[in-house]
Amino acid sequence: MATRRWLRLGVSLDGLGRHPAAWRTDGADPAGAFTLAHLARAVALAEQGGLHFVTLDDGFGLQPGGEAAVRGRLDALLALAAVAPSTRSIGLVPMTDTTHTEPFNLAKNLATLDLVSAGRAGWWPNPTTAPEAAALFGRKPAPSSAEAWAETEDVIDVVRRLWDSWEDDAVIRDVATGRYVDREKLHYVDFEGRFFSVRGPSITPRSPQGQPVVFMSGEGAEAMAVAASQADVVVVDVGDAAEAARVRTDLHRRVAEAGRDPDDVALVTSIEAHLADELGAALAGRAELDDLSELRSSDRFRFTGTPAGLADVVASWFEREALDGVLVRPAVVDQTLPRLGGGTVPGLVARGLVAPPPADALLRTRFGLGRPASRYAARTAVAAGAEGRHP
Amino acid sequence: MNKPVKQIHLAAHFPGVNNTTVWSDPESGSQTDFASFVHLAQTAERGCFDFFFLAEGLRLREHRGRIFELDVVGRPDSLTVLAALAAVTDHIGLAATLNTTFNEPYELARQFATLDHLSGGRAAWNAVTSPDAFTGENFRRGGFLERSNRYERAGEFIEACRTLWDSWADDAVVADPDRPVFVPDGAIRRFEHHGEEFDIRGWFDVPRSPQGYPVQIQAGDSDGGRELAAEQTDVIFSRHSGFDDGRAFYADVKSRLERYGRRHDDLKIIPAATVVLGDTDADARERADHVHRQQVSPQGAIAFLEQVWGRDLSAYDPDGPLPDVEPDVDGIGSITRGRVRHEQDPRAVADKWRAMAEANHWSIRELIIEVTTRTAFVGSPRSVAERINAYVQADAADGYILIPHLTPHGLDDFVDRVVPELQERGVFRTEYAGATLRDHLGLPRPPAPLGVASLEVST
Repeated sequence: MATRRWLRLGVSLDGLGRHPAAWRTDGADPAGAFTLAHLARAVALAEQGGLHFVTLDDGFGLQPGGEAAVRGRLDALLALAAVAPSTRSIGLVPMTDTTHTEPFNLAKNLATLDLVSAGRAGWWPNPTTAPEAAALFGRKPAPSSAEAWAETEDVIDVVRRLWDSWEDDAVIRDVATGRYVDREKLHYVDFEGRFFSVRGPSITPRSPQGQPVVFMSGEGAEAMAVAASQADVVVVDVGDAAEAARVRTDLHRRVAEAGRDPDDVALVTSIEAHLADELGAALAGRAELDDLSELRSSDRFRFTGTPAGLADVVASWFEREALDGVLVRPAVVDQTLPRLGGGTVPGLVARGLVAPPPADALLRTRFGLGRPASRYAARTAVAAGAEGRHP
Repeated sequence: MNKPVKQIHLAAHFPGVNNTTVWSDPESGSQTDFASFVHLAQTAERGCFDFFFLAEGLRLREHRGRIFELDVVGRPDSLTVLAALAAVTDHIGLAATLNTTFNEPYELARQFATLDHLSGGRAAWNAVTSPDAFTGENFRRGGFLERSNRYERAGEFIEACRTLWDSWADDAVVADPDRPVFVPDGAIRRFEHHGEEFDIRGWFDVPRSPQGYPVQIQAGDSDGGRELAAEQTDVIFSRHSGFDDGRAFYADVKSRLERYGRRHDDLKIIPAATVVLGDTDADARERADHVHRQQVSPQGAIAFLEQVWGRDLSAYDPDGPLPDVEPDVDGIGSITRGRVRHEQDPRAVADKWRAMAEANHWSIRELIIEVTTRTAFVGSPRSVAERINAYVQADAADGYILIPHLTPHGLDDFVDRVVPELQERGVFRTEYAGATLRDHLGLPRPPAPLGVASLEVST
């Protein structure tokens, strides 16, 4: 019998909301957008509301849209590190660029996010092909899409190796021999690829999860190919349940072809949502937002309605096996986030679709993933066994 | 003539990955757990310290071709730890050491601006350079930087970051829903930097942070390093913690400020220092001897000797006499990698050490303890407070960055017993007066950037 499927619930907290006019609504606190207090309040609300993870988008360069758009942001990884001490169970998933960053730095920074959050780190690697972003760094031309995704695959591969480059029990503190570490449990990763090489080991010991949970966008064939080989969670933007089901089936096939177990990879669909307690109020709120700005987000599935209404949609998609989880992008964070926790999540829990809180707070556990041993530890064990046969 | 009484500045250095840190003591806790960082930072904040300081290393050290096992190895990322500490502290400055060789200005500038926002104006950056190809093997750029170019890269890196931070007006985020204008076009400008090391342009994406720039820390000691510090640095992290060398360094660096139009107090000189306390001075001296023996294990003594001799000395007894073989001069450069090397002639050092050991009847380990461990302040709380104050008032320093040898309780005694002595003398704050690290250090905020309109102008 197949293991029980559980629904995973996340929220994106980019800016003040997904709608371009979110910052202009009554009660918004746009001046607080760059403070820790503002972000910490939102993440705490998400945690109290029973959401499993929060994502923060990021990328190099100023947002488009001119004077009426929110411009400026904080580094997502550092911002989520700063909310770690005031939260206990919610997963923290920053997006980072993979085209202009150093893989060695990404590995240690994400391992440290995992450390300060006691095992709640995720990572959403994302490339950029924008010439404007390349000009901010000035060290290489903007890559083609194919190159950018090929490089992203290498970045994830080397980051995962660096996360394994310290075995769990490398620090021995053996006073008798004066040794703080056992260097046999520290490993060079010796990665050499088309785009860069990294010797290793990481400077940061193995983190609580060993391997933080890797999220990826599944938009486009190139992204999907990398996701099939590297991602734990694949986030897609789809128009309806039938499309989501097709994407999920396709993902499972690709994952199996990459030699992995499809049950180890979750498909999450993103939903832009505007919630109010009454349907009429939600529709009126949406109309008001749309009147304020002619700009629209790129999301393909937008929901306007009540918290219970959103729960109905998510439950029906889940029951059709169209998704394993959702990433809600609130049109206006201050209006929709409290209602997710106040109505949508309880509705889904009442249907028995959401697993009870796990005994540990590891984000991997929330996604049904065990804690893997270091790939190098396995190699050491095999080598030791071989030595045993041939002394 | 009465000189005004100077106020002392204090900072806390998280114990690092060298033999100052004693990991073998039963009281030594985790070097990695976040709780260790929280305890040390909160202790320093309880003691009203100016800032909490993290060092950096980007490649595990190697000795004789293998990873060096005898000292603390490994650490979390500084910026990420400090961002998390911003949430559990309210006043203390948060200083990270970040390399200018293996980072790029755009990313580092936004990380520091982010830390400054998250902490409400408490970020500091100790900019270091590292030209070595050994560390470069972990990075895209590799290790092709010429040693002579490293200060040029550092200087240009900082200049580029300041160009980015200055591309937003202080009050650029107006968020006026009626107009509607979030950031007026006139309040941000496109940046350009074209230099030998960096050729970059575009739009910076983080609003100008509470301090404008993070507080700039530097450790350079050469003539070029001192000049760069006089021109653009806020705090010098020097190694001159003694009285005479401290005074000489202090006078030299401060005399350079005027030519850059800076005031005497615009640059703080804060050497690194270690402290061992005891109930009496004699008790403290005994404890210091014990700490020094912990800092130099028998195996560590041999490894240290090998750095000078450039050859395998594992057959020698650490409790016996120094080797009579001569140093292998060709072996020196490659024997230990990933830490600062001796610049002196190894044969001269070997001769000097042999003479010292012979005259004092020292074993290898005793000699290494003598030449590698030095505790700046040893004594009772009262005598340590008196000496720190005397040094600062005599312009040997503006204060000290304390490096405890134990994690995480290594500063508890200092904060509980020495800080009150300093406070009673009226030379150290009893509470934080300002909100930002610049306030704590008495440093001016960088002027509003030119070429971008402030809110008043744009409305």
